[in-house]
Amino acid sequence: MKTLGIVSPLSMHFATPLPLQSGALLNDYTLVYETYGQLNPDGSNAVLVCHALNASHHVAGVYLDADTGARTVGWWDNMVGPGKPLDTDKFFVIGVNNPGSCFGSTGPMHTNAASGKPYGADFPLLTVEDWVHAQARLADALGVRCFAAVMGGSLGGMQALAWSMLYPERVANCVVIASTPTLSAQNIAFNDVARQSILTDPNFHGGDYYAHKVVPKNGLRVARMVGHITYLSDDDMAAKFGRDLRDGGYQFGYGVDFEIESYLRYQGDKFSEYFDANTYLIITKALDYFDPARAFEGDLSKAFANITAKFLVVSFTTDWRFSPARSREIVQALVKNRHQVAYAEIDAPHGHDAFLQDDARYMNVVRAYYERVWHDIGGRGLHDSETGGLRAELVGGRA
Amino acid sequence: MNYREPSELRADLLFIADWVAPGSKVLDLGCGDGEMLHYLQSNKGCDGYGVEIDDHKIPACVTRGVSVIQQDVEAGLAIFADNAFDTVLCLSALQMMKNVEGILRDISRVGREAIVSFPNFAYWPHRVALLRGRMPVSKTLPYEWYDTPNLRCATIEDFKQLANEVGLEVLECVALDEGRPVNFMPNWRGSLAVFRLRKKSGCIPA
Repeated sequence: MKTLGIVSPLSMHFATPLPLQSGALLNDYTLVYETYGQLNPDGSNAVLVCHALNASHHVAGVYLDADTGARTVGWWDNMVGPGKPLDTDKFFVIGVNNPGSCFGSTGPMHTNAASGKPYGADFPLLTVEDWVHAQARLADALGVRCFAAVMGGSLGGMQALAWSMLYPERVANCVVIASTPTLSAQNIAFNDVARQSILTDPNFHGGDYYAHKVVPKNGLRVARMVGHITYLSDDDMAAKFGRDLRDGGYQFGYGVDFEIESYLRYQGDKFSEYFDANTYLIITKALDYFDPARAFEGDLSKAFANITAKFLVVSFTTDWRFSPARSREIVQALVKNRHQVAYAEIDAPHGHDAFLQDDARYMNVVRAYYERVWHDIGGRGLHDSETGGLRAELVGGRA
Repeated sequence: MNYREPSELRADLLFIADWVAPGSKVLDLGCGDGEMLHYLQSNKGCDGYGVEIDDHKIPACVTRGVSVIQQDVEAGLAIFADNAFDTVLCLSALQMMKNVEGILRDISRVGREAIVSFPNFAYWPHRVALLRGRMPVSKTLPYEWYDTPNLRCATIEDFKQLANEVGLEVLECVALDEGRPVNFMPNWRGSLAVFRLRKKSGCIPA
């Protein structure tokens, strides 16, 4: 299969301050991004892919470390690329790293021009809507007036949803996967446990740990462990780890007895090596604050009244973090407004993480949706398979 | 406007499509690969949603631009508001449902009219099969007794009675054979029963 091969990030500086929902300003900032494929002459084939908590602009393709030879594959490389469900032979795909992140765009570890020191605790809190406004400026700069689609999973799905409400005229299609219109009390509770573990780490220093040349690794590690549990399903964990013991018997101590402990600790350790604690705090708060219905007395259908995009909504049956019921809330509010929506509920065992995995039913639905998007923007290439009639109609419709 | 050759639509669907007023808001329960909704959208300017549970049929709906919602019809139609649709279609699907009565009540809640079709168990070859001591197997009932997804066996007369009980008035009732209406002895000669129903006025579904 064709691949995107080696890709590299680009960056763009924005000197105009970005007003934030909190009332604060992000004075000047840099966004790091990647693009794949070609923007067509009428600029109608652009797709924006929004990232979730632990991801970045590196959506697809491979980074090759020139020194070590290490390869880093994009987080949605199974979804985005030549011949993939989001086909970069047809679409111009943009991945952008959100401000506040720790993967290159301006974040709390960068120097605050006002103080000459790292932002640390002074980095403003951002909302999903703030990110969308920042992304819109990048779209302007890249010459994209209207996206063929804005797409994301989980927190990325919230950004896609926010795009459809904030910039209805700039989004033709919205693809919202394993997402939710708001976090539940339980979701917020998990996030706060994660935040408390960071905030109470002695190395946190009120967020200014950069100056102390330390990292609140323990806090970040526990935060990741808690988060990771919510990404997996009970069944999947049982199937992968069960009660398997690391060394065959009980150790009667607080080291690793069970395989699941070993796995989670490893995940936590790995994460705490590369992720930033302030970024974790900022992103979990953005998740908690997202609530488009809040301005409409909790009526999501009113929040959706001005949407003009068509939707694809996908959920996974074993996702208990953002369960199918949450996606159905989105679908119901869209239907109430008589917006066009296709909704797929995939019976996959992998919990929330299923949105990053290969499942033929899931991939086929997304592929089918982008074939439709491609048709709607005047492209060709709908496969002929059993829909011979549809193909004939497309040709006829063009005459 | 895109037009499909009408002959591409199955004869029974084509007959039923004639009963759907142009520009109607349509809900198709058990919409399959979206063929009917796509036909109604592109040929009759209808605006619709489909409900389908089968994973393999969802992509075809999506490619056709049909708004399909993947769920089990038996789980109820809570996602749709009262009187949200002009016409609710439930074509060759009702006989596979456990809670036929509940679904009919839900249909009458969300739609003003309904078109329901199901295999007529009283079709004469079915009666002959039973007289010979065997369960009927035919084009409309193509399964053996041990592998059939059809849980409910009903005749045209049976359905009239249930429709009345759930607050639906029968506007039209036609028996089709090979997609063509049968006028003489329809409950004997029709393999597929098709009902056009309307919510009885003043009737609040339980």
